[in-house]
Amino acid sequence: MRANFVFTEMGIAIRRNLSMIISVILVTFISLTFVGTAGLLQQQISSMKTYWYDKAQVAIYLCTKTSPQDVCPQGEASKDVRNTITSRLDSGTLKPYIEQYYFENHDEAYKTFIKEFKDNAVAKYVTPAQLNETFWVNLKDPNQAPIIIESFTGLSGVEEVKDQRSYLDQIFAMLNIASLAAISIAGLMLFSAVLLISTTIRLSAVMRRREIGIMRLVGASNFYIQLPFILEGVVAGVLGSLLAGGAIFALVQFFVQGFLAQQLPFTSFVGLGDAWTLLPGLLGLGALLAGLAAFTSIRRYLKV
Amino acid sequence: MISINQVTKQYKGAPRPALDQVSLEIDKGEFVFLVGASGSGKSSLMRMILREDVPTSGSIHVLGENLIGIPNRRVPHFRRSLGVVFQDFRLLPNKTAAQNVAFSLEVIGKSAGFIAEAVPDVLRLVGLEEKASSLPSELSGGEQQRVALARAIVNKPAILLADEPTGNLDPNTSAGIMALLDRINLAGTTIVMATHDVGIVDKGRKRVVELSQGKIVRDERGSGYGVSK
Repeated sequence: MRANFVFTEMGIAIRRNLSMIISVILVTFISLTFVGTAGLLQQQISSMKTYWYDKAQVAIYLCTKTSPQDVCPQGEASKDVRNTITSRLDSGTLKPYIEQYYFENHDEAYKTFIKEFKDNAVAKYVTPAQLNETFWVNLKDPNQAPIIIESFTGLSGVEEVKDQRSYLDQIFAMLNIASLAAISIAGLMLFSAVLLISTTIRLSAVMRRREIGIMRLVGASNFYIQLPFILEGVVAGVLGSLLAGGAIFALVQFFVQGFLAQQLPFTSFVGLGDAWTLLPGLLGLGALLAGLAAFTSIRRYLKV
Repeated sequence: MISINQVTKQYKGAPRPALDQVSLEIDKGEFVFLVGASGSGKSSLMRMILREDVPTSGSIHVLGENLIGIPNRRVPHFRRSLGVVFQDFRLLPNKTAAQNVAFSLEVIGKSAGFIAEAVPDVLRLVGLEEKASSLPSELSGGEQQRVALARAIVNKPAILLADEPTGNLDPNTSAGIMALLDRINLAGTTIVMATHDVGIVDKGRKRVVELSQGKIVRDERGSGYGVSK
């Protein structure tokens, strides 16, 4: 085996076929960028999940004067209602699941509301009495929210029991759809990349059919004949995945860290470390797909 | 050395078989002319010996290999013991004479040291040591065929197949090529040469195998192109 010879042949093939090789590199680049973006989105979702799920609480909203009549026929929740809830939360059945809980009265709820909506016109019309008194419950395991919900829903004086995670789940569902969309586009692009690589390799084989004919006559092994073509595909695939890796790093550095993280300072975002973990996968995928596409197309073109 | 037994080759859609129950034995060191009109089956027979094609029925043994049962991955190795030249030379136009010869050794993984020695040797043998760095376009037809011959024999094959090697050459140049083939034959290489060239066959007085419509119609030693006298 003479590596020198194989690489020279590959170099010749790439030079003769430059425009096709460039298009292979670009298509691989774009499709793997989509794959990488989908990967980043998934990492973002999981890091947000761990961050927010721990903070998410179950809220037990008590009836107010303005609550709908059908859920709260007695109007404003009495002190008895509060006592009942407190004793149930402290009871042996529920206590093991609860990390901590606290009670928020009308005035505290009003302060929080005003703080959150201070730039919003609605702040002017809200009065403390309209805002629910609320028990905020932190669970040891956020997945056990249904226990609290079942225990308190329908209790007289309770307007609603809500797991805050249900709000988060909507956001995560949207992010998931975005990452699915990215993956679907990536799949289509990768498919076209594979077709493009097969065509390129076949074209390359046609351009070099004299050399191939002679190689077969003098008894060059199939491996020796095929290797330059496969390497040609792999080199193009790896270059494309390197570009995609670069694009992912740029995306994280300039868009996520440089822009998003400045705009939303209290959210944890994916960093360059996450991009690094994606890089080997992208390189491997690019090289593997290109190599396989080149191998199968050259196999079909070159019979012994 | 070459043993062909009851070989028939039927191509799809062809009215009659390209080869029809052909049997032929060729021994080590022989020089055999394969003659016959175009389409008589000469090229098909050469393709079978090279294992570029397999017969529809019958058996072929070349250099001890059973070419019907040989697995695909062993075909390249088998071909290294055969040399081939064609009417159209089949040289690589962008490589010099020496590079063309070296190419055939590089692709079978010979070392640079071996190539550096073998290539000048074989070019000297075919009388082209002066033209080693000429491109095929700078060489005459006869010289190009010599390069092709050098390429075919540089790996010291046991058998040399020549498919109309003088078909594109004038009589004088052809005589030169024939003299070279004779020398290669005397050095021990078995030669099978398909040809249309009456003069060459008559002058050669060698074994002549004549094919017609896919059948062997004559097999004589020390014969000429036409019907034996």
